[in-house]
Amino acid sequence: MTVVSRGFRGRRAADVNPARVPPGQYVTRDFPVLSAGPTPHTALQLWDFSIIGELDQPRGWTWEQFRALPSEEITRDIHCVTKWSKLDTVWRGVAVDTLLEGIETSAEYVTAYSDGGYTTNLPLEDVTGGKAWVVFAYEGQPLAPEHGGPARMLVPHHYFWKSAKWVRGLRLQSTDEPGFWETNGYHNYGDPWQEQRYSGD
Amino acid sequence: MNELRLDGNAVAGLLQEVFAVEMTTAIGTCSGCSTAGPVGAAHLYRGAGIVLRCPHCGNTLAKIVKSDSRVWIDLTGIRTLEVTV
Amino acid sequence: MAGTALLGRLTWQLAELVEVVAETPHVKTIVFDVPGWPGHRAGQHVDVRLTAEDGYQAERSYSIASASDGTRIALTVQRLEDGEVSPYLTDELRPGDKIELRGPIGGYFVWEPSEGGPLMLVAGGSGIVPLMAMIRTRAAADDDTETRLLYSTRSQDDVIYRDELERLSGNGLTVVHTLTDSQPPGWTSYARRVDAEMLAEVTPAPAERPRFYACGPTPFVEAVAEALVQLGHDPRAIKTERFGPTGG
Repeated sequence: MTVVSRGFRGRRAADVNPARVPPGQYVTRDFPVLSAGPTPHTALQLWDFSIIGELDQPRGWTWEQFRALPSEEITRDIHCVTKWSKLDTVWRGVAVDTLLEGIETSAEYVTAYSDGGYTTNLPLEDVTGGKAWVVFAYEGQPLAPEHGGPARMLVPHHYFWKSAKWVRGLRLQSTDEPGFWETNGYHNYGDPWQEQRYSGD
Repeated sequence: MNELRLDGNAVAGLLQEVFAVEMTTAIGTCSGCSTAGPVGAAHLYRGAGIVLRCPHCGNTLAKIVKSDSRVWIDLTGIRTLEVTV
Repeated sequence: MAGTALLGRLTWQLAELVEVVAETPHVKTIVFDVPGWPGHRAGQHVDVRLTAEDGYQAERSYSIASASDGTRIALTVQRLEDGEVSPYLTDELRPGDKIELRGPIGGYFVWEPSEGGPLMLVAGGSGIVPLMAMIRTRAAADDDTETRLLYSTRSQDDVIYRDELERLSGNGLTVVHTLTDSQPPGWTSYARRVDAEMLAEVTPAPAERPRFYACGPTPFVEAVAEALVQLGHDPRAIKTERFGPTGG
């Protein structure tokens, strides 16, 4: 049972179309920085991105090769399980569809894995069909390390813990493997519109 | 060095809420490097949930996720926890 | 007291603001009356929770600035320009208002006179708050443990508790200031960021086995802790409370 603090408003944005705000979320104009660990600082000369697991031939790109892939500008709303949402965020990145182009696989799941050991899992169909990207720029600038640079996942139709920062690859799997947070209380799927924050929701 | 890093002390309230005893003086032994130290001196990160890391090797000591009614705690990174009662 | 675990269910309770003290242009001390307050130890903090009318909640931790004193606790809050909670506490709250808090919390970053010294306190900006609770507790107990405070601020105007620190100096307490950005005319103390050389000059030698408490913004605390270890101090004798990127 909580008591309202007279006059407290926080710094939420007002005048927001409620249809854009999933249940239990509050819109912010900031971009809060949350992290499960120290910010990695992988040099671009050493960076690579891989597709591994259930496919005939693992794929990999150096930073130059990755940046030479077709990329696009993406504007989406993002929703963090800690209750803040940020509307119309603008990114630039490579569609996961592009990275998986031509791959034949029986895998139904992916695990995104990052520098520092973070992992998160998703059904393969939730990172394909134009729903996910590996992004390297935010608001026209190279993605800052604190926000996941040089590259992070962007999977905006899930809570943002699924948009793994400092991502280094996707592992294609036939079994679902709950990741860093999914094994400890956060929902395995995480649809903000169904408010799937926690296990069992 | 990481600007966002805090000390375990910063979640003393949450830990006491969960364990019902003051936990920052509890001594944890890291299951990664076997270094022992007080929970209050662990490195604390606020992500989607709370992460406590070993200040010596960076190993995840604990993860904590809290909803209104439930708390999930992963302590697999702590081999032993010594608490004064 | 030693060996007694701090037990008890932490529950949220309402505290009433009874007094506001302007410390510096950006810092205020807000004094609460907390019914049933069990007393607290120097270095402990409270969690404060604010709830907006639409249910939005924000929670922050604040170090207790005062020595234990019945049901009264003082929090010293730095108003952060972009802050969500601090401007509310410093600008909006009026005597008579009530907020939710829970505490006292913490057992690690705590000092009691019985623990002895020499005690070496290193404060960056608003990191002075829990260390001031230690100094005030020491004074209230008429304790003469050898204590040194190295206090780093941008300018003299930013020194919190300036007069009180001057008044309490002596009887085993030495206060050393460093002003990093601007100094008044005639300033003779340090005028730069805390570094290993300064710490070597100010702190007791490792052989004396001082107990360190360092508090302030994360980068400050980490630089201090690293320098102290390099000067030969036992890492286990260095307790830190990082306030995050910007401070308290």
